[in-house]
Amino acid sequence: MSVRYAWLKSLARPTAAIGALLVVGWLLVALLSRVLAPHDPLHSMIPLMTPGARGPDGAVFWLGTDALGRDVLSRLIFGARTVVVVATAATLTAYAVGISTGLLAGYFRGRVDTALSFFANVILSFPVLVLYIVIIVALGASAANVVLAVTFGSAPAIFRIVRAITIDLRSRDFIAAAITQGESTWRILLVEILPNSSGALIVDFCLRLGYSAITMGVLGFLGLGLPPPTPDWGGMVNEGRTMAFAFPHLVLFPCLALSSLVLGLSLLADGLRQSAGRMRRVG
Amino acid sequence: MAVATVALEARPILTVEGLTVALPQGADRPLAVDNVSLDLRRGEILCIVGESGSGKSALSGAIMGAPAPGLKVVGGSVRLGEQELTRLSERAWCRIRGRRIAMIFQEPMASLNPVITVGAQIMEVFELHARMSPAERRERALALIRSMQLPEPERIAASYPHQLSGGQCQRVIIAMALAMNPEVLIADEPTTALDVTTQAQVLKLIRELRALNDHAILFITHDFGVVAEIADRIAVMRHGRIVEIGEARHVLTQPEHPYTRELLAAVPSLVPPAIDEQAVVVTPDSSKTVLAVSGLSKSYGPVRAVNEISFDLQRGTTLSIVGESGCGKSSLARLIVRLAEPTGGRVEVNGGCFLSLRGRELRASCRAVQMIFQDPFGSLNPLRTVGAVIERAAVLAGADRRTARARAAELLDRVGLPKEALDRRPAAFSGGQKQRIGIARALAMSPDVLIADESLSALDASSQAQILDLLRKLQSELGLAILLITHDLRVAAQISHRIAVMQGGRIVEIGPAEQVINSPQHPYTRELLESAPGRGLV
Repeated sequence: MSVRYAWLKSLARPTAAIGALLVVGWLLVALLSRVLAPHDPLHSMIPLMTPGARGPDGAVFWLGTDALGRDVLSRLIFGARTVVVVATAATLTAYAVGISTGLLAGYFRGRVDTALSFFANVILSFPVLVLYIVIIVALGASAANVVLAVTFGSAPAIFRIVRAITIDLRSRDFIAAAITQGESTWRILLVEILPNSSGALIVDFCLRLGYSAITMGVLGFLGLGLPPPTPDWGGMVNEGRTMAFAFPHLVLFPCLALSSLVLGLSLLADGLRQSAGRMRRVG
Repeated sequence: MAVATVALEARPILTVEGLTVALPQGADRPLAVDNVSLDLRRGEILCIVGESGSGKSALSGAIMGAPAPGLKVVGGSVRLGEQELTRLSERAWCRIRGRRIAMIFQEPMASLNPVITVGAQIMEVFELHARMSPAERRERALALIRSMQLPEPERIAASYPHQLSGGQCQRVIIAMALAMNPEVLIADEPTTALDVTTQAQVLKLIRELRALNDHAILFITHDFGVVAEIADRIAVMRHGRIVEIGEARHVLTQPEHPYTRELLAAVPSLVPPAIDEQAVVVTPDSSKTVLAVSGLSKSYGPVRAVNEISFDLQRGTTLSIVGESGCGKSSLARLIVRLAEPTGGRVEVNGGCFLSLRGRELRASCRAVQMIFQDPFGSLNPLRTVGAVIERAAVLAGADRRTARARAAELLDRVGLPKEALDRRPAAFSGGQKQRIGIARALAMSPDVLIADESLSALDASSQAQILDLLRKLQSELGLAILLITHDLRVAAQISHRIAVMQGGRIVEIGPAEQVINSPQHPYTRELLESAPGRGLV
C-alpha cells in the first residue's frame, strides 16, 4: 500500500473525519477572518449586550458584546487567527529544536547525547506552568515570547521521541549501506532517518498543536499571553471571568472555541495514529 | 538417514482429512492450506517441507486448533485417535494441548519467559496438567532436564533463559513439550535458529527421544538437509497443497513431482564444483590482490571478537569465511568496510591503506569495497523507491543525474529485475528480489570487492540458488572479488575458490575450497562438516 493512500484512508474513519473537519473549519475561519467577522474586533460599541441583541443601527450581535462593547463573535474569529498563527509557529519552532537535537543525540550518541539528554531531563523535571510563567515574566508578554515559552516546554519531549526513533533506525542495515557508500552524515539524517520517523512525528505534531493552543489559553487567562487589545481566546476568558455569572457568554464561547479546536486536533491525531502504525510495520 | 527401527503401528494416531484454511481477503491466494490430507502413526517422524509461504506453518497452527490471526479453518477434519479436534471448544483444547499434542517453535529464546527460571517454567507444565506435590514436580523437572542430555541439571533449572545458549534453551523447550509425554509432537522449524553443530545435536536428541517414547512427530522445515537427517516420511507442500508424500528414502532419491525435484536440485551440494566448471576469470590481473587484511583485531573490553585475522583476496576470486554465530565473522566484515573501528591491524584496498582514511577521503575511496547485507527487510529504506536508492549510489560513485537513471535501469536488468521495479518501494518485493536490489545498489558503486554478510541465509533454497548463480555470473563478467560471510558450508562449497573457517575470533583453517571440504585439517572444520545436515544427500 502506498504511503499516501494510507494517510487518506485514515480520514475515512468517522472520528478522524470529524477531527479533520473541525481543524479545517478553524483554519478557514482564521484565513478568512477579515471576511467572516461582522465587526471590527477592536471597535467599542455598546457594552455587555446579550447574544442575539440588536444594536441601534439594526446590526445583530450574535454572541453579544464584552465589557468594552466589542463584538464577541468578531473577537472569536480574529482570536482564531491569533491561535492558529502563534500556536503553529510555537509548535514548529519546538519541532525544529526537538528534531535537530534529537537526530544529533540519537545518531552520534556518546557525549553529545549525554549532554543533550541531561539538559532535556532538567527542563522536563520542571513543572511546565512554572517554566512558562518564569519565561514570560522575565521577558515580557509578546507573541515571540509565547513562542519561546512553548518551545522550551515542548522541545524536550520531541527531542526524546526523535532520539529514540533515531537510535532504532541507526542500527538498521540501510543506514550501514548508506555509510559504506560514502553518504554524508547530513543526508543520512535528513533523507534516510527523518522521513522514516515522520509517521510518529505527524501524529505527535497534531496533539502538540492542541497543547500549544491550550498553553496559549492558559497564558492568556493568567494575563501572560498576548498583550491587549489583541483578540486572544485565553485573554477573553480572563476579561470575562469576573462577570461570568451575570454574562456567561463572555466565558462560554471562547472556551467552546478552544475546546473544539483541541478536540479536532486530538481526533485527527488519533486517526493518523492508525495509519502511522501501519507505516511503522512496513518499516 | 534416519533408520526406522521403531515398529510402526498400523492405525494412525493423528489423521488430517481435507483440511482447508482460508487466508484473509486480499492475500495473494484464497487458501493458506488447500484440502490437505495426511496421517501420522506412533513412533513416526513425518517431515513437512516447503518454502516460505507454502502454508506449512498455517497447517500446524490449524492442527493445534490455534490458527494464526486472520486465518480460518473452513473445512476438513483433524482427528486425534478417534476424537475430532476441529470443533472442540477452547476449554476442551486446554486438556489436549500440552497433554496429548505438544508444540516446539522456531525461536527458543522467544518461547521462554525471560524473567522466570527455566526449572520453574517446566514445573508450571506439571502444575497445569497434573496433580503433584511441589517436591514431585521438582523431581520430575530435574529428571526431564537430565533426559535432555543437559549438563548439571540443578544449575540449568535455576538458570534464566538468557544464561543458557540457544541450543540449551531449545532442549528446555523440548523438555516442556515432552513433560506430559504427549502422543503427538509438532515441531515447527525447531532447529532453524541454531548453529549447525547444535542443530546436529538437537536432531540426534529428537531421534533418540522418539525411539525411547514412541512419539509421533510432525516436523516442519524448509531444509532438505534436515529432512534427510530425520524423516521417516516426507510431505512436500507448495501453495497450500501437498504435492508429494511418501517414504523418505523414496522421495529423496526418486522424487516424482517436478517441484520436489526442483527443491532437491536447489540444495547446494557439499562437493565443490569441479575446477574447470568454476570459470576462473583468466584476465592478466587475476593474480592482483585487491584486498589484503593483516593482523586485524577488535576487542570489546576483555573479549577479543576478532583476533589477528590475516588473509588476502584476488580479483575475480571468492573467499568464504565460515563459522558459527558469535565467531566474529560479521564483526570482521564490519571492520573491513569501516562500520566499526578495529583495535589493531591493517586493511589494504588496491594496495592503499584503507584504515587511515578519514571523513572526506574515506567517502571518496569507500566505493571500492561494498557490502550486501543479511536482512533483506532491513537493508532497504522502506520509504524510498528502488530507483531512487540505486540512482543515489550511482551519483555517489560519480555519475550525473541523467546517466544515473540509465545506470539504475541497466543494473536492475543485470540482477534480473524488470525496469518497472525502479518506481516501486521495497515492500513490493520478495526477500530474494530485495537481495537482488541490494546487489544492484552495491554494484552501482562499481566496487572491486563485494562483501556478502550472510546475504543468503534469510532466503529459501531456490532463491538462494538463484542468487548464488547471479553472484557467480557477476564475478565472471566484472571480475569482482567476493568475500562471502556465511554459516553454511554448503553455500561456501558452491561458490568459493578458497574457504576460511573461523572460531572464537580466529581463522583456524584457510585453504582452497576442495582441500578444506575434502581433507579438513583442523578438528573444528571436521566437526562442522560432520554436522552439516543431510550428508547422505550430497
